[in-house]
Amino acid sequence: MSGARLPAIAAAGLRKSFGATAVLDGVDFSVATGSVFALLGPNGSGKTTTVNILATLLAADAGEVRVAGYDVATEADAVRGAIGVTGQFSAVDELLTGRENLRLMADLHHLARRDGEGRIAELLARFELTDAADRTVSTYSGGMRRRLDLAMTLIGAPEIIFLDEPTTGLDPRSRRTMWEIVRGLVGDGTTVFLTTQYLEEADQLADRVAILDGGRLVAQGAPAELKARIPGGHIRVAFPDRGAYQTAAGVLDAPAGDEGSLALQVATDGNVATVRRVLRELDEAGVEVESLSIHTPDLDDVFLALTGRPATSEPEEVAR
Amino acid sequence: MTGAYAVRDSATMLRRNLLHLRRYPGLSLFPLLMPVVFLLLFVYVFGGTLGNGLEAGGGRRAYVEFVTPGMLMFTVAGAANIVAISVAMDMTKGIIARFKTLRIWRPSVLAGHVLGNLVLTAVSLTVVIAVALLIGYRPTAGPLEWLAVAALLLLVAVALTWLSAALGLLAKSVETASNMPMFLFLLPFLGSGFVPTDSMPAGLRWFADNQPFTPITDTLRNLLGDQDVGSSGTLAVAWCLAITAAAFLWARYLYNRRPGD
Repeated sequence: MSGARLPAIAAAGLRKSFGATAVLDGVDFSVATGSVFALLGPNGSGKTTTVNILATLLAADAGEVRVAGYDVATEADAVRGAIGVTGQFSAVDELLTGRENLRLMADLHHLARRDGEGRIAELLARFELTDAADRTVSTYSGGMRRRLDLAMTLIGAPEIIFLDEPTTGLDPRSRRTMWEIVRGLVGDGTTVFLTTQYLEEADQLADRVAILDGGRLVAQGAPAELKARIPGGHIRVAFPDRGAYQTAAGVLDAPAGDEGSLALQVATDGNVATVRRVLRELDEAGVEVESLSIHTPDLDDVFLALTGRPATSEPEEVAR
Repeated sequence: MTGAYAVRDSATMLRRNLLHLRRYPGLSLFPLLMPVVFLLLFVYVFGGTLGNGLEAGGGRRAYVEFVTPGMLMFTVAGAANIVAISVAMDMTKGIIARFKTLRIWRPSVLAGHVLGNLVLTAVSLTVVIAVALLIGYRPTAGPLEWLAVAALLLLVAVALTWLSAALGLLAKSVETASNMPMFLFLLPFLGSGFVPTDSMPAGLRWFADNQPFTPITDTLRNLLGDQDVGSSGTLAVAWCLAITAAAFLWARYLYNRRPGD
């Protein structure tokens, strides 16, 4: 790769609707070559749609998108030559063995036979799949499939890699393994674009994080910058009855309500003074409190802090 | 340009589809057996009566001579049907999205299905011809005519398989895909495959005489019976090439669609 500082990915004014629903409503971002960029958002926020557009699987309604310097709409083949994609849904061939899957990919990348075999052996070893290499994939565990999936993406040594929710559904150990793998990629100079629902994952891996909500980017920056905006998570106070809940909602400073479970959330920087203040205000109003808990920052808190409401949870659009 | 990789990528995809056939043989067994069952049914159940209609006292022996070329068309149509199902099933898999993000010759995914199915068709045709010979079919064709028969059957198979692949892409579900190419099964019946078209009522006869399966069946029949092929040969080849070209372009269009394009 050249040392030129052209961004690996640049999107401007990206829009996409499915029917009357605007999934992406004017999204702009840019990803520096050799960096890790995390697109953070809840289910249904448009993450997969964004990846599908960048990976030439889906056409945008409006906006300009360049990947590796090529226009995704008009130079799709050149884009495809530069990228590797690991989607949210398993993209391995169930009826083939691990080795056959990798050989399939080596041949589709038009590698010479010997180079291909060498690369296959190396990837099998690196992803701890050597022992399972000659078993059909239908016998693999979830974590093994995910590793094979990524190995298949890496076989062509792509400049830019897209990982759509690479650790969703994985156990903690597999998740950590995946994180190590991603860090290793960056060490090789690869650009990584990943989507995730987990703030911790973005925090662990990304140089830059963008938060997608309702088709718009509500915040963008280094993880430290974003965390500075949501220093201490929130305090959750639950009430025994509706009356207490409603009184408290009037007393407290800008709480987010959850009427169903009779609980209020107050954004906080986590210091003891806030907790004391909340309790004092409730006390003075004579409101009975059933329980109180303090939450450290997670994605919901980012949303609470940035959008003033809890993160919505809608089913993610199906990848194509 | 990815066109330079057409042969290589198609060969890679063929290997994938042959592995599928080997590891998931359930789908391929049915089209292998059905034409044999139909051949026996038509010759032994209907053949005595139908053969007498072809020539006085012809019976079963006359009918097996007449129906075998039609049965070969039926076999090709039946095998082609499978590709609609296998393509529709494949399109539900995540690996297709992966293929679409690769710089490969795009139709190679479909070409793999088509080529794999041609192998299946060849096996199926061999079995049907062997059974026909066992039950008394006596073609008078020489080696050259047999070669021409094989070439024409290959052309038909390529045409119908690409058409079926396109229908498989068009289908919204695997269930629909399995029904869509059903009309291909009917065409040998609504043509010169099972009875001479001049025995049909006027409207049906017009359709039977002008649909593509008829000149192809007639050409096969004449080649196998060592008769003059006449103009039906040219017409047969022209139909095959036209269907192949149209079906290929249609299938490629359906596969390449980016949602929202």
